Amino acid sequence: MSNRILEVRGLSRIYGHGCPLCVESTGPENDTNICPHCSSVVAVHGVSFDLFRGEILGIIGESGSGKSSTVKMLYFDDAPTEGEAIFFDNGERHELFQRNAAQQRSLRNKRFGMVYQNPHLGLNFQVSAGGNIAERMLMSDVAHYGEIRRRAQELLLRTEVLPERMDQNPKTFSGGMQQRVQIAKALVTRPPLLFLDEVTTGLDLSVQAAILDLILEIQQELDTAMIVVTHDLGVIRLLAGRTLVMKYGRVIEAGLTDQILEDPQHAYTQRLVASNL
Amino acid sequence: MQPVLIVEGLAKEFFLHEQRETIPSCSNVTLESREGKLTAIVGPTGAGKSSVLKCIYRTYQPSTGRIIFRDQAGQWLDLARADEHQMLRLRQREIGFVTQFLSCLPRKSALDIVAEPLVASGVHRTAARARAGEMLARLAVPQRLWGVPPATFSGGEKQRVNLARGLISRPRLLLLDEPTASLDPGTTDLAVKLIEALKEDGVAMIAIFHQPDLVRRLADDVVELAPPMAVKGSIRECLS
Repeated sequence: MSNRILEVRGLSRIYGHGCPLCVESTGPENDTNICPHCSSVVAVHGVSFDLFRGEILGIIGESGSGKSSTVKMLYFDDAPTEGEAIFFDNGERHELFQRNAAQQRSLRNKRFGMVYQNPHLGLNFQVSAGGNIAERMLMSDVAHYGEIRRRAQELLLRTEVLPERMDQNPKTFSGGMQQRVQIAKALVTRPPLLFLDEVTTGLDLSVQAAILDLILEIQQELDTAMIVVTHDLGVIRLLAGRTLVMKYGRVIEAGLTDQILEDPQHAYTQRLVASNL
Repeated sequence: MQPVLIVEGLAKEFFLHEQRETIPSCSNVTLESREGKLTAIVGPTGAGKSSVLKCIYRTYQPSTGRIIFRDQAGQWLDLARADEHQMLRLRQREIGFVTQFLSCLPRKSALDIVAEPLVASGVHRTAARARAGEMLARLAVPQRLWGVPPATFSGGEKQRVNLARGLISRPRLLLLDEPTASLDPGTTDLAVKLIEALKEDGVAMIAIFHQPDLVRRLADDVVELAPPMAVKGSIRECLS
């Protein structure tokens, strides 16, 4: 379809040497993602999905289910062992894992955004909040000082960080503010695709609400497609139209979010939902 | 007049893996919904009335049966088997659902919550907020509450916000699950007037009301459900 933005097929990641028995010896049926024969970790196996423009896709599952590994590969933080991902952008088709390092860097800087659970991964604590935003703009070829400063100010205001704190180092900020600076930094290039990895985990409830509100507003305003990784079913219910459920590196159930939460089909999803609601 | 929706032999059962038990919810439901008409589903608690609505909206995956919907372009499609993206598109533009409870982002104002379906379908935020204000006024939500998140509202006020959000976008098919359950008689009357206006405007509706006088006042057709037998095994096995 014309408004498809991302097509992921058979994405897999094995940590370790791997052996011919890795795949069949791991997964939800075997209750492990560690191969008993070679001790390799099958972090992700055979993950496939499509993402449409402006859509929010949720990925839920317990720790170690492979949800963060999936988005890290798509953001080029890690390389897959197998699989392909095609990014459709302005009439062009980018086979993500066939691109060279420079092309991947360019996509990452200009067309993708990432907000990590840990602000230390997403922010540079050697420079100010505004400097973090400026860095990303410089990487996407915007070099005019006045323009950079104006956009940084605009984004910080939008993410409810006081503009007068623009020149302060984000290490003096609270966790919620650091997350908002990360969001501002991720959004400054107006990327059509945004990855959000456990962005509300560890924040107090009022800050969580503010961040969720902000994410939805941005999605509506910029028509940004998002992949939201979380183990919080409440976050998924409020944000995502569709959801993938992962366990031991595999997608065990996929569907409309309300259907996943109210009529889960897989035994694991039923347990997950029952223990959360 | 062609129907907007035809439900044929719909059944829903839940298989609970942990308990190794099948819970039947509704079985062999057949109904039609037409433009400007309201079909009421009645029956005792546990008869599966809400399940029928949730199957149509695909919050539940139907176990058997067909749910044939005629979309705006005149194409027929089976909602029981429709692709998830098709369902999301239909939910955004053609099928609305007013449930018994308001579920929304915690920090958003009542006005923004009501405006949300219009904004999502591409209406400019300012125009959407103006329309949202009209809807809230028609349901007698005091203007002083419009800018406040509904978390602190009374049950009746929350339900009015919920109703305003559900009715604002004028879908082609509207599913109503006890939309007036927590309203006082005066506000119920306002809600009924809104529903009547939507009927006149050609919206097809399927609704559950617990008050018999509302069924008498609003329904053009009535479908009565009986609780399905609590049996173990699949619906298919039982029916055969």
